Amino acid sequence: MSKEWPLWEVFIRGQHGMSHRHVGSLHAPDAEMAIKNARDVYTRRNEGVSIWVIEAVNITASSPEEKGPLYEPSNSKVYRHPTFFDIPDDVGAM
Amino acid sequence: MDKNTALFEFLLRMGDNTLVLSHRVSEWCGHAPVIEEDIALANTALDLIGQTQFWLELAGEVEGKGRSSDDLAYLRDAWDFRNLLLVERPNGDFGKTLMRQFLFDAWASLMLAKLMKSNDKRIAAIAEKASKEVAYHVERSADTVVGLGDGTPESHTRMQAALDDLFPYVGEMFIGDDVDALLVKEGIAPDPAGLRADWDDLVGRVMQKATLTIPQKAFAHQGGKTGTHTEHLGYILADMQFLQRAYPGAEW
Repeated sequence: MSKEWPLWEVFIRGQHGMSHRHVGSLHAPDAEMAIKNARDVYTRRNEGVSIWVIEAVNITASSPEEKGPLYEPSNSKVYRHPTFFDIPDDVGAM
Repeated sequence: MDKNTALFEFLLRMGDNTLVLSHRVSEWCGHAPVIEEDIALANTALDLIGQTQFWLELAGEVEGKGRSSDDLAYLRDAWDFRNLLLVERPNGDFGKTLMRQFLFDAWASLMLAKLMKSNDKRIAAIAEKASKEVAYHVERSADTVVGLGDGTPESHTRMQAALDDLFPYVGEMFIGDDVDALLVKEGIAPDPAGLRADWDDLVGRVMQKATLTIPQKAFAHQGGKTGTHTEHLGYILADMQFLQRAYPGAEW
């Protein structure tokens, strides 16, 4: 058994935020303590209204070596950006 | 004793409890076993200092001699302090600090719940604000007591030793005196003895989950509430008050 607590990734939704954002990571013995530690470490200045934590080992990440095949094909496709449309103000945040 | 004198005493007791405990908890700053706990302990200490400011500010107001919360915190001697002996106990190891915290938090959460219904609106308002912080403190300290108590053989042994060592300081929280009796009559504060059953219930449940045994001895050290302290308080005050004593009126 490892003596180190597992690593958790922390996501926080801010006061006016629409979605949870990754804010950092921390160590904790279990999910409940990870939430508590996240509260103490990342919401001291009134940053959040909701916290998600996930054990870092459960995150599958893309490999940096594959960045060519993964991302380059979308480099030159400017027409995929929705900047060519006029969006009415009534629509709100997109 | 008139009502105002009793009220002043009571407010010192509340404020000195949080002040002395805050100082003890702050001693961990930079020394906790992991950075997450270091920050959590610092947060707790800061919450307690915030509560102290409210209690001692009101104490100064009630006393009517123009003393501020800072005057009361930094310019009184040990015999004028009214905190429970429990909160001046040395930190010991991390587990013992959290055990002391839990025993106190459990009491504070029950006390503040009663004070929220105080006839004195100023006290009810402070209690309302503090109770949200204490609700978090007690949840966190209880979780840690359970985690360490029901942890490894080493952590279990240390937590049982902490409980055995601190338990003789529990009884003082529930022993009332003339001050308490007068404030009960005025509907300002609850009878300390009346909090015991709920405290036993809460602490009993947590200790059971933590696989720890509550000592059956009923002996209770007391004296803190009336200004008779252990030798530890003097060292705390020497640390805490040094600057104001050496450089009176120093500000930053």
